[in-house]
Amino acid sequence: MKILNKKNILSILAILIVYAIVELLTHLGVIDSYIQLNLILIGINIILAVSLNLITGFTGQFSLGHAAFMSIGAYTSGIVTAKLGLPFIVGIIAAAVVASIAGIIIGIPTLRLRGDYLAIATLGFGEIVKIIAINNDYIGGAVGLNDIPQYTNWTWTYFLVVLTVFIIYNFIKSYHGRACIAIREDEIAAEAMGVNTTYYKILVFTIGAFFAGIAGALYANYFSFIKPDSFGFMKSVDILVIVVFGGLGSISGSIIGAIALSLISVFLQNIPELRMVIYAVILFLIMVYRPQGIMGNVELKLFNKKGGLNGYAGSK
Amino acid sequence: MKKTMTLFMALALMVSVLTGCGAKDTGGSGKESDTIKIGLNYELSGNVATYGQSSVAGIELAIDEVNKDGGVLGKQIELIKVDNKSDSAEAANVSTRLATRDKVVAILGPATSGNTKGATPPAMQNKVPLISSSATDDDVTVDSNGKVREYIFKTCFNDSFQGVTMANFAFNDLKLKNAAILFDNTSDYAKGLMNSFKKTYPSLGGKILVEETYQAKETDFKAVLTKIKSTNPEVIYIPGYYEEVGLIVKQARELGIEVPVLGGDGYDSPKLLEIANKDSLHDVYYTNHYSPMDTAPEVVAFKEAFLAKNGKDADAFNALGYDLAKFLVDAIDRAGEANSEKIKDALASTKDFKGVTGSLSIDENHNPVKAVTILELVDGEPKFLKKLEP
Repeated sequence: MKILNKKNILSILAILIVYAIVELLTHLGVIDSYIQLNLILIGINIILAVSLNLITGFTGQFSLGHAAFMSIGAYTSGIVTAKLGLPFIVGIIAAAVVASIAGIIIGIPTLRLRGDYLAIATLGFGEIVKIIAINNDYIGGAVGLNDIPQYTNWTWTYFLVVLTVFIIYNFIKSYHGRACIAIREDEIAAEAMGVNTTYYKILVFTIGAFFAGIAGALYANYFSFIKPDSFGFMKSVDILVIVVFGGLGSISGSIIGAIALSLISVFLQNIPELRMVIYAVILFLIMVYRPQGIMGNVELKLFNKKGGLNGYAGSK
Repeated sequence: MKKTMTLFMALALMVSVLTGCGAKDTGGSGKESDTIKIGLNYELSGNVATYGQSSVAGIELAIDEVNKDGGVLGKQIELIKVDNKSDSAEAANVSTRLATRDKVVAILGPATSGNTKGATPPAMQNKVPLISSSATDDDVTVDSNGKVREYIFKTCFNDSFQGVTMANFAFNDLKLKNAAILFDNTSDYAKGLMNSFKKTYPSLGGKILVEETYQAKETDFKAVLTKIKSTNPEVIYIPGYYEEVGLIVKQARELGIEVPVLGGDGYDSPKLLEIANKDSLHDVYYTNHYSPMDTAPEVVAFKEAFLAKNGKDADAFNALGYDLAKFLVDAIDRAGEANSEKIKDALASTKDFKGVTGSLSIDENHNPVKAVTILELVDGEPKFLKKLEP
């Protein structure tokens, strides 16, 4: 198949047009800094959700440590850009690499575990990262790291989101991606068919951590202040909620979930008393009436003409 | 079924987006109105919601009084209250919204240092003054290069100031030379107090025998207290919040540690007495923003007004919030115009503003110069001990 076929050219055009529209509206003043902030926040959430979806949705490894990878990325980029004064691109790459190394280190011992046990182990990993950050005075300890240069903007965020979605989407459609889906469906059967389950689980964990690290770098260099408890257990749950809300095993679901939940959160700013109640009710209704999430495991047509490629082959 | 559900969800999403746009339009158009808008960026939900809610209760009381007296510059004050979920990114979000959408002239809050740091960059970019009444961390108003943040102010003393005060108090007033430190190492606040105490106390000639840590939400401190007991300190400095401090003091007394316990404004809560019991709360001294036992007329008036409006006694956060709002109104009045730039200049030049928590002047680092109160717990009841002028 040619790389520059009609579909791909159209996708690239669509991506560029969306970018151009937002840039244009920004210059015209329609998109002010408030909308921009929320666009960037949505972008960061999309990267986090899509990368966690690769681990939890497609490979079936229940991870509660995603915020820890984000935290590692945020701190790495914070150190690189604020303490060492290097450019943002170095910060992003360092964040992604360090986070993925952490992914390998945590992946090798814990991925022997399954289901609940893995969830507990990743939860523990998240706490370890938090405690290390709290006790390390070089990065500010519990006080947090302040005055990180504000490099993140719409352009960086948008193209990193596109990169994340592009790589993970293509990974899933590849030979390796199918191996991962096989692991999710039935690990023993997959192993019997010659899939190296340990290798793939660690690979997926590393890729997920890589992108979570990028999201962390964007976060740190946008909000310019990070502290260990910003990336606690609740942050991991927030990301997981986006993934489940959008649909486990659907990238477009994760994107829609990230957008929808970010918008809901913004609109509820005015009613603090009921904020968490309404948020919870919305999640509750979705889970009762649509337990598979908004998209289930189906992709939007824009992304996948065949549809249902990643379908469940029966009960889990 | 599946299709209708998808359609329904898509519709719901569309509606939420559209209503959002509608709300935004009305938000921006109220500029010519005859009210002065002040934004509140507070922790109204999330894990430190009590601080945010308490501060807001104080602010609302103050603004009610101001509006009843005819407002400021002939205009009524309108408060725009937005929740930041106790999250620093959300605080930035709220800060941006208040500055660009609601077009407020100044932002009050957030209550904690971390969230205030989160809310800082948007306030700086949009040139809107942001004032916190309880962000005690030293680098809230000053950046890492030592440069003051032009639009950021606070009306409470620094963490380090409390630590220095306590070190002086322990050494000079209590005349105790050997101290132990036990602090919450998950809290930036406790660390700030601890660091300045650790620096000041030895420089006065005292000795720090042992330094131990605990973590928020722990409940059993016997092991660490036994360790501290074995070094025979004359005094223990325990910066932290009342939840754990209550348990620590109680368990310390049970273990026979009868030496004085020193702490900071995190002790200020009636819950402290509920957690520890009356008998164990003796020889406990802490620095605080104000004393409810103060008999100055403005303090008494504030306490009565607060009780009448909210049906409960005012705590330090209420008092700080009240002062914060009055402080801003005073600056708007002196600025002569509800304009962020002029308000900022007026704030920076505040001299001897009289508030419930004492009179304060703003120094060149946008920190207040104000008195600190030392309270002593006698049978669980805070007693006013002394007020140290800076």
